[in-house]
Amino acid sequence: MANASTPLKEPPPGMVEKRGRGLWFTHALMILGVLVIFFPIWLAFVASTVPQAAITHPPMPLLPGDQFLTNYKRALFSGVNVPVATMLLNSLVMAMGIAVGKIAISILSAFAIVYFRFPGRNFFFWLIFITLMLPVEVRIVPTYQVIAGFGMLNSYSGLILPLIASATATFLFRQFFLTVPDELAEAARVDGARPMRFFVDILLPMSRTNIAALFVILFIYGWNQYLWPLLITTDPSMNTVVMGIKQMFPSGDDIADWPVIMATSILAMIPPVIVVISMQKLFIRGLVDSEK
Amino acid sequence: MEKRVTFKGWLLPLLLIAPQLVISGVFFFYPAGEAVWQSLFIPDPFGLSMQYVGLGNFEYLLSDPYYRASFLTTAVFSTLVTLVSMIPALFLAVLADRLVKGAGAYRTMLIWPYAVAPAVAGVLWLFMFNTRIGIVAWYLGLLGYDWNYVLNQNEAMGLVVVASSWGRISYNFLFYFAALQAVPKSVIEAAAIDGARFWRRFFTIVLPLLSPTTFFLLVVNIVYAFFETFGVIHTITSGGPQQATTILVYKVYADGFVGQDLGSSAAQSVILLLVVGLLTVLQFKFIEKRVHY
Repeated sequence: MANASTPLKEPPPGMVEKRGRGLWFTHALMILGVLVIFFPIWLAFVASTVPQAAITHPPMPLLPGDQFLTNYKRALFSGVNVPVATMLLNSLVMAMGIAVGKIAISILSAFAIVYFRFPGRNFFFWLIFITLMLPVEVRIVPTYQVIAGFGMLNSYSGLILPLIASATATFLFRQFFLTVPDELAEAARVDGARPMRFFVDILLPMSRTNIAALFVILFIYGWNQYLWPLLITTDPSMNTVVMGIKQMFPSGDDIADWPVIMATSILAMIPPVIVVISMQKLFIRGLVDSEK
Repeated sequence: MEKRVTFKGWLLPLLLIAPQLVISGVFFFYPAGEAVWQSLFIPDPFGLSMQYVGLGNFEYLLSDPYYRASFLTTAVFSTLVTLVSMIPALFLAVLADRLVKGAGAYRTMLIWPYAVAPAVAGVLWLFMFNTRIGIVAWYLGLLGYDWNYVLNQNEAMGLVVVASSWGRISYNFLFYFAALQAVPKSVIEAAAIDGARFWRRFFTIVLPLLSPTTFFLLVVNIVYAFFETFGVIHTITSGGPQQATTILVYKVYADGFVGQDLGSSAAQSVILLLVVGLLTVLQFKFIEKRVHY
């Protein structure tokens, strides 16, 4: 996938791409595809701007109504169990904690593994490697018991720590460090620079793009977590927004407060969407790199 | 690959690697070991003591019709999610690749669903297909189709498959689009000069050239369907009706946290660990191969 980050090629002379009618047809299909893919989001947005009655008497309208401010205010400041603003804050802390924590511990260990020869290096490397792809989903019960044992239920550290135990980021940094020219470390050593000097002054600045790309990926990963927050935040004021939406549905036969729920859904997707769209290039690069 | 130039010392690197090792040890290796350990026991009804049963939990699981059904459900579910998310993505990527102008704008639009959490995607699709107020359900009713995913197992499966695949279309699209952009135009043009029409060129040249991407996406989409779709299932069907959408990960949760059957849940975790391990090896083999060509 190394080619993904190379710039698009110059359009070749028109032999294989479509012109005229065919071109319009391709555009039309593409637009249709985008509309179909986009429809669920549009519908959620419309639902978040109309009164409850417009939804409970189907079919619901397909154009936004005039209740935008009312619904979003209600969601943000009162919500159903807990104000959505609180849940957004929890999600932000969790996503930032996971992104920053994972990057910090992985860049340090990648530095140690690549730039030092020390006893047990290979063993540790394999230990970390084993954690590469095992998601928290497969070890939920024992991990839950560990967190409960530490008294970390309903806490930010309980939300964050188990999810930063993974090796993907370490691998990415290791791959990158291996491509850094040896001369740089050599020069630093000749100059008598200590390893940490080299790390801070040379390696860290060189890793800037990698760090940023990884940050985008990890932020979304953290923000979109569901199962883990569902298990360990029994106190509604610690709920994250992604898991909190489901908690807004009433049990039994009561009718759900759809406008508020859909407003919450929109609020829950805005931060990751902004991150993805605004850092599109970095994001695609990070995505393609981190799957290498 | 190794560095020729390294720094001296052993204390500093150990300190540097310590945070990751401690975190992995406490939150990864210990719980994973605990899962293996617990899978060998059955707790008594009061949770006061544990009785050693050896591989009893596994034997019981593998003979349990519900667990076997869950395996089958997972296989069907992940196959469908992989297909439903990869085929439209490839189609859209081929379209976008044929456009010289505007492809970037379409890409920006198509990225959106990737950022939407599976659980939120579940709520969006639930909203459209809700039996009482869902707009799609309503129009289906108008056409005379009695849509009810709450009772109909196939409809429930269809809904969770579509809701799970939706965000993945964006993801697969990005990879296919990048791969298509990397296909040398000269090869395509040579074929075009030889008179090969578009579809012939696509099946004989482009698709084989895309096979590394396809293989990679197959593996990651299966992993996704196995483990990351919990949110979709939990928000839309909670595993029902009659366990028709209870995939393995959902069952670990349902048995461990709802049913409080810790021994069985731990044994299921161990089986899942093996499945993931297998998939990891598969993916790693593939990565190794790719690094060398």
